[in-house]
Amino acid sequence: MAIDKIIVTIFSLACIAFTYWFFLMKKEEVVAVLDPVDSAGLLQVDITVEGGYTPNTISIPQGKTTKINFTRRDPSSCLEEVVLGDFKIRKYLPLNQKVTVEVTPQKKGEFSFACGMNMFHGKVIVT
Amino acid sequence: MTEVKKSFPIKGMHCASCVRVTERALKKTPGVKDAVVNLATAKASVTYDSDTCTPQHLAQSIAKTGYALELEEKTEEVIQLEKKKELQTLRNKVIVSLGLGAIILWGSFPGLINTSPAFLHSFWLQLLLATPVQFWAGSEFYRATIPALKHRTANMDTLVALGTTVAYIYSAFVTFFPSVITNLGIEAMPYFDVAAIVIGLILLGRYFEAKAKGQTSEAIKKLIGLQAKTARVVRNGKETDILIDQVVIGDVIRVRPGEKIPIDGEILEGESSIDESMITGESIPVDKAKGDIVIGATMNKTGTFTYKATKVGSDTMLAQIIKLVEEAQGSKAPIQRLADVVSSYFVPIVIMIAFLTFGVWYIFGQQPAFLFAMLNTIAVLIIACPCAMGLATPTAIMVGTGIGAEHGILIKDAESLEIAGKVKTVVFDKTGTLTKGKPEVTDVIRIMNHESRIKDDKDILRLAGSIEKGSEHSLAEAIVKYADEQEVKLDSVTKFQAIAGHGVEGMVGNKKVFFGNRRLMDRGNINYGSMVQTIELLEREGKTVMMLALRQAQGKQSQLAGLVAVADTIKDSAREGVAALQKKGIEVVMITGDNQRTANAIAKKLGIDRVLAEVLPEQKEAEVRKLQAEGKKVAMVGDGINDAPALAAADIGIAMGTGTDVAIEAADITLINKDLRSVSSAIELSKKTMRTIKLNLFWAFCYNIILIPVAMGVLYPFFGILLSPIFASAAMAMSSISVVSNSLLLKRYKI
Repeated sequence: MAIDKIIVTIFSLACIAFTYWFFLMKKEEVVAVLDPVDSAGLLQVDITVEGGYTPNTISIPQGKTTKINFTRRDPSSCLEEVVLGDFKIRKYLPLNQKVTVEVTPQKKGEFSFACGMNMFHGKVIVT
Repeated sequence: MTEVKKSFPIKGMHCASCVRVTERALKKTPGVKDAVVNLATAKASVTYDSDTCTPQHLAQSIAKTGYALELEEKTEEVIQLEKKKELQTLRNKVIVSLGLGAIILWGSFPGLINTSPAFLHSFWLQLLLATPVQFWAGSEFYRATIPALKHRTANMDTLVALGTTVAYIYSAFVTFFPSVITNLGIEAMPYFDVAAIVIGLILLGRYFEAKAKGQTSEAIKKLIGLQAKTARVVRNGKETDILIDQVVIGDVIRVRPGEKIPIDGEILEGESSIDESMITGESIPVDKAKGDIVIGATMNKTGTFTYKATKVGSDTMLAQIIKLVEEAQGSKAPIQRLADVVSSYFVPIVIMIAFLTFGVWYIFGQQPAFLFAMLNTIAVLIIACPCAMGLATPTAIMVGTGIGAEHGILIKDAESLEIAGKVKTVVFDKTGTLTKGKPEVTDVIRIMNHESRIKDDKDILRLAGSIEKGSEHSLAEAIVKYADEQEVKLDSVTKFQAIAGHGVEGMVGNKKVFFGNRRLMDRGNINYGSMVQTIELLEREGKTVMMLALRQAQGKQSQLAGLVAVADTIKDSAREGVAALQKKGIEVVMITGDNQRTANAIAKKLGIDRVLAEVLPEQKEAEVRKLQAEGKKVAMVGDGINDAPALAAADIGIAMGTGTDVAIEAADITLINKDLRSVSSAIELSKKTMRTIKLNLFWAFCYNIILIPVAMGVLYPFFGILLSPIFASAAMAMSSISVVSNSLLLKRYKI
């Protein structure tokens, strides 16, 4: 086999491995929402929407109302809506504007949220 | 200068000085003309010049004072305007990139190249034309990709950005160093046309998709548009038009013929005919008079009346409906789960497949292997369309729930919509659901005997009416009303006791009175054997018979003194509603607390074969569970208040809406149109929606499963078929559009 073919083989395999590691083996960073920040005593967390959700995994306590503030900085139409299906929320996110949704989880567990086309994902962990 | 007046909620205020501080802060903000802060409503009404001042500026000023001004979410109109602007930009990008792409294609495509002027053949000119397409029109792919990569996520934009960038960079390399390529044994040929046209076509797809997607949420926009803007309020004897959000509970509002009723309330004076079709889907106007409830956003037809506002803001029926529909459209259908799982792995897998394609083609492909490898890799990246999978379910759910809402069928969430179509048995509660729930007295029968000392029928009515006065049962209402009409004076009752599922008892004067059904009589060991024939005769006519028994004194035997028969009228839509379900092969069951004979008589009139009679209110839930145990999906139709547990127990609880309260909590589906035919319509709507979703998912999955391998070139060894990246982009644009359009086709379904 010619040298170029060997190089391409190695290159392809390495890229496949790298893609797998890069996208599918990332660790989730969980941001726990614990302290009331709001004047009304509600828990509050800010999520920036830019190429995904930052933070993309939040943990909130069961039975308490938590405000999640989404701010979209990404003009991609993919991210223009956020859907928290388990909480029955579908919200349009105007660019650079804070949009607040309130959730009061009744059950423990992991609930995913995503953009309107289900391409970007985040998670709410209820503890 | 554009002057705007807007109101914003302010948080944290608790005294008059807070008002002054916040007002001053607002007034000092550049661009603000006037600001009024109201402590009671915790709202600031600000008049400002929108050219120099924005709500964000106001929020900043307020934040400095230690309070918080809540930026209200943009109104629907602003959002629409923004979306329109985005669409406009998108359209321009599509035109420019396809235009430039076509010129490049003309100057480079084999065959076409002979017809084009020579200057178009220049690689440098092609580079010049392709660059704005790549970095201006295509900028949104990069803007979405770069931050996504930072988060180690990828999406469709990543694929497009990767694919077109490879084509563009290779072409640019060929332009700058054609000799390098020629030395490798490859013809120096750029692929600027691929990069430009792929971007153009994908943007075109997005443009159509965005337009179509806008239509999926039309129902909600229509509902929001129903909201009245102002109300004519009578305050201190004067009529003034005020904004709708300034109306408070208790305000007296005047409505003239042809005007929209601004909010929910109760008529104080006057009468009119009101068109409620926009809310309830019921097309025949309803006559209303003093004491009747009116619903905001409905249309007053003929009369003038004043009414008292009873519900404002988010409590109005319209606001509740909007909220319910919004929630339903945001909810997730169980059928979506698979697509969810797939979509979270999809893009990385496609990228891996692309690398694999490159390697395999380079090593095993024919010469020039590098070109084949590159073009097929690009085709794989471009053709993969995860969006279609993501859009398949939600767009159909949005259209489906929207159609329901337009016809007075409110569906709580996507899951309910999914299950409704699988219902095999529908249980109707009798009273108030199949019947109007307004029974009328038909017979009063006196029983001759020595001890009861009843002189005439009116005595029976007097005793029955007296004892039922304290009861809340619908039958009691009928008897009291009838006694009233007969001008029978009612006595006071002591020791009143209602026994659920039996009847009532109490003391009238010194007599103990029992009034109820057989069960009550059996309980008190009262003999009614002599009247059984009469009772059964009445019952076979569909009447409910209640027995009145008396005990003259303590220690004496109670004796039957009379009968009162009551009949309820069947709702107009009941027969057709039942028939429509039966035509679909769905079993219809009637459940009632009434005795078997009465129930059978009514069931016969309605064409219902299966009757569950003499069911105590608390047993209804258990009966529903028994039906479920037969292995069928069961829907329960009731009024949503008394039947709440049974509605909750059923697979689908359907509540008939009453008044302005939407019985959201217990019911999966609420029929605010009060039309029993809608039960069948809801099931049909569910079936249609699910069919659309399944078709969408099938297309979306099949498309990717079939075309990705084709783009990889698996057909090439056998048929010599390869997919050009340009065709790949056209196919990919089509796939999203077809899914959304298919969901929109649901709109053609007529309820």
